[in-house]
Amino acid sequence: MRVELNGEQVETAAATLSELIEEQGLAAPSVATALNGEFVPRGMRDGTVLTDGARIEVLSPMQGG
Amino acid sequence: MFYGITPKSRLMLGTAQYPSPRVLGDAIAASEAEIITVSLRREGAGGAGFRDLIKASGCRLLPNTAGCHSAREAVTTAQMARELFGTNWIKLEVIGHADTLQPDPFALVEAARILCADGFEVFPYTTEDLILGEKLVEAGCQVLMPWGAPIGSGQGLRHEDALRTMRAHFPDVPLVIDAGIGAPSQAAKAMEMGFDAVLLNTAVAKAGDPVTMARAFAGAVQAGRLAHEAGLMGQRDMAVASTPIFGMAALS
Repeated sequence: MRVELNGEQVETAAATLSELIEEQGLAAPSVATALNGEFVPRGMRDGTVLTDGARIEVLSPMQGG
Repeated sequence: MFYGITPKSRLMLGTAQYPSPRVLGDAIAASEAEIITVSLRREGAGGAGFRDLIKASGCRLLPNTAGCHSAREAVTTAQMARELFGTNWIKLEVIGHADTLQPDPFALVEAARILCADGFEVFPYTTEDLILGEKLVEAGCQVLMPWGAPIGSGQGLRHEDALRTMRAHFPDVPLVIDAGIGAPSQAAKAMEMGFDAVLLNTAVAKAGDPVTMARAFAGAVQAGRLAHEAGLMGQRDMAVASTPIFGMAALS
C-alpha cells in the first residue's frame, strides 16, 4: 500500500497509524498526528486503519514566532 | 490577565530564526519573558534539542498555527499542538494573504469559535478592526492580539491612531501587540499606549546581538509599562517654562 507521509510517497506494510509510526522509526510519544487533514489523538492511533493513498502528517515541536 | 495567568513580564518572545539554539536559550533568559511561542512542523534536524531547550527555559508555551490559510487547517493544527505541548493555549493565526501575512478575518472568527467551544484558550492574531475584535470576543476569546505591522517587517505601530482607538474600545480585554515590532522604542510606545503586552520574534532573533537586544526589549517594555501606569503628561501647542518665573532677579 502507498501512503503519503509528510508529503512523501511511502510504500508501507502498516495497517494502522500506530504501525506506520513504528515502521518509520518515528518517536511516537513526541509527535502529533493527522490523517487526511483531521487530527488523530494519540489514543486513537491503534484503531486508525490506513487506506491506499491516505495522507498522514506526523508533526514535532518546532521553533515558532 | 491571560486566561487566569498574570506573568511578571509583559514581553512574549518567539523562538524562531535565532542563529543557534544556545543564542535562543540565552535570549529567552535575557528577555525575562515567561511566555514563549512555539510551533509544530514535520520533524527536521535538531527537533529533540529544541524540546529540551524549551523545557529548560521554564517558560509557559504558546503554540501557534503559523502558516495556516484556512479555518480547518488551523483547527487541526491547534488540536495537534494541544496534545503535543499539553496546553489549551493557542496563538491562532489564519493567514489571508501571502505577501502581507495579514489575517483572514472571516476564517479567523470561524476557527476561534470552533476552538473556544472545544475548550481552547485562544490568542487570536488579528488586525485593529473593532468589529472583528468584537466578533472574536463573542466567539469566546479573552485576549486579542492586534498586529503592529506585517509579521517580520519591523515597521512598528503602522496604524497608531487605530490601535489607540482599539485600546479605548476594549478597556477590559487584554490586548497584546503581536507582530511588526522592530525596535525597543516601538515596544515602549505600545506599552505607553496601554497595551497589556508585546509579542515579538524577528526583532530579537535577527538583531546583530540577539541576547543584548532581548535585554533591550525587556527594559523598553518595563519602561513603557511604568510610563503608562504613571500617566503621561498632556501635549501642548506652546512652550511652557518649567523653571519658575517667581523670584527671578531684575538684571536688565
